[in-house]
Amino acid sequence: MSTDTCVTQPASTPGFISVEALTKRYRPDMPPVFENVSFTIGQGEFVCIIGHSGCGKSTILNVLAGLEEATSGHVIMANREISGPSLDRGVVFQGHALMPWLTVQANIAFAVRSRHPKWTREQIGAHIQRFVDMVGLNGSEKKKPSELSGGMRQRVGIARAFAVEPKMLLLDEPFGALDALTRGVIQDELLKIVSATRQTVFMITHDVDEAILLSNKIMLMSNGPRARIAEIVVNTLPADRQRETMHHDPQYYRIRNHLVDFLVRRSRETDRDLESSATPRLVRPGLDDGDGDGEGEGAAVVRNAIPIIKAVA
Amino acid sequence: MNGPRRITARISIRQKAALCSIALLAVLLIVWQAATCTSGPDASVKSPDDAEAVEYAMLMGKIPETGAASQSSSKVTGFPTPAQFAAEASRQLAHPFRDNGPNDKGFAIQLGYSLARVAAGYVIALAVAVPLGFLIGMSRLAFLTFNPFIQVLKPISPLAWMPIALYTIKSSSTSAIFVIFICSVWPMLINTVFGVAAVRRDWLNVARTLEVTPLRRALRVILPAAAPTIVTGMRISMGIAWLVIVAAEMLVGGTGIGYFLWNEWNNLSLANVLFSVLLIGLVGMALDLLFAQLQRKVTYVD
Repeated sequence: MSTDTCVTQPASTPGFISVEALTKRYRPDMPPVFENVSFTIGQGEFVCIIGHSGCGKSTILNVLAGLEEATSGHVIMANREISGPSLDRGVVFQGHALMPWLTVQANIAFAVRSRHPKWTREQIGAHIQRFVDMVGLNGSEKKKPSELSGGMRQRVGIARAFAVEPKMLLLDEPFGALDALTRGVIQDELLKIVSATRQTVFMITHDVDEAILLSNKIMLMSNGPRARIAEIVVNTLPADRQRETMHHDPQYYRIRNHLVDFLVRRSRETDRDLESSATPRLVRPGLDDGDGDGEGEGAAVVRNAIPIIKAVA
Repeated sequence: MNGPRRITARISIRQKAALCSIALLAVLLIVWQAATCTSGPDASVKSPDDAEAVEYAMLMGKIPETGAASQSSSKVTGFPTPAQFAAEASRQLAHPFRDNGPNDKGFAIQLGYSLARVAAGYVIALAVAVPLGFLIGMSRLAFLTFNPFIQVLKPISPLAWMPIALYTIKSSSTSAIFVIFICSVWPMLINTVFGVAAVRRDWLNVARTLEVTPLRRALRVILPAAAPTIVTGMRISMGIAWLVIVAAEMLVGGTGIGYFLWNEWNNLSLANVLFSVLLIGLVGMALDLLFAQLQRKVTYVD
């Protein structure tokens, strides 16, 4: 079943990325922004992180990207500790971060040439075209970012990150500045691309629906300072879910209510409750009060999930 | 409807401005004509009353004579009327490349000397300022190390360097180049530092995640990002260099448009002084337009 693939994967390849006891303190006389954050991401998993502003989501992403250093703790990817940025971890920045003096093509070419410095012009051109087509930007290759709409710019950013073919993709609120309609279209595209490439993704978002649509696991962060990963919600919706029909699934509202509930109420309380436990608990709100079939799936998932927790701890 | 009307409005305002400029020029010419026609420089000495006045006039370099002699001398020494100026200017424009010894060279040759000096000093300044600016802009240590020197050296008038340059370099021509170098280096250096330091973090982070080598990052990310600021500094520098070269050539003499101007002042040929002043203005404008063009080329819309 689809839910199996979501969760059993990390068990089969435990900790493609594993984050261990990460703490970030900006000033020694202030409490840390987040403390003792540990989690794992399996290969091919799409993980979203949700939390209020200031809880350190972007900092965690930057540490994963290697752009920032944690005060303590480790990030291990494919059995190697991360130190500094790498072509293996592509980042899509919040503000698209395209070079405004380069065309769409040249922006992507800059990335491709960094990955494959020995490639010929033709090879690079063909490679770029593939990713331009993928995000649906044919015809705009020769335009400068200033001539594109916000949604198109963000697509170029995504194409640039994908064109490097990183082992892991980090998305920092990539659709935050877009209108709802454009956002929906690009979400669909991202979903399509990710399911086709089986890309491992770590994404920050403020949009609960976006998280439910795109991700296999949703990490909920409590409020800072001393923010923690309070819970990891397993998305038990079928993998072939679609934006148009997703809300007809009874699980959808259970998951959604659980997430919203956390954001409005429990994100403040949990930081005290969690003081003792080092690892976040895994929950499946989609399967609560479900029918027999759902229950059975849930049980299978729980059994499979246990090794993950052990691996983290 | 709105679009075309706005365009016609813009064209008409351009035309209006052109007409106003022409009117202003006409007014200036009329004032010039009126001021030079009524009061000739030798009007006061036309009828000398006593020997004292004659002697005074002779001491001032004017021969108190009547008739043709006085008329001809006023043509050479007095402030020219627009017509006299036009005649003198056309005489100059007719022979731009003449070379009859050090005191009688065509204006084009003199301009060539000045431009060559400016170009030499300016290119050396560019070659020093941009790499140094990159270093200072990228490294906090370099910034703090160089900053006190820049702050002290920047406000020094470029001509104040002249005696030191003349003593150490010995050659007057090279000293002029040095003065151009020292005056044009600061705006370029400071603008490069600011341009490089202000490159958006996102772009540098993109380069970092792509594992771009430092040289490629400098040339492909930082340079184009900072280019508008750098070119602005280059434009300011060129303006200053063109101001300074005239003064420097007046001091060192020999060749150049500044020397030409001073030489014509010594000849008391105000028509030629006026001619070279206008020339300096026009060349300065042309240089500025050149850099405006360059600036348009490197500017990007964010």
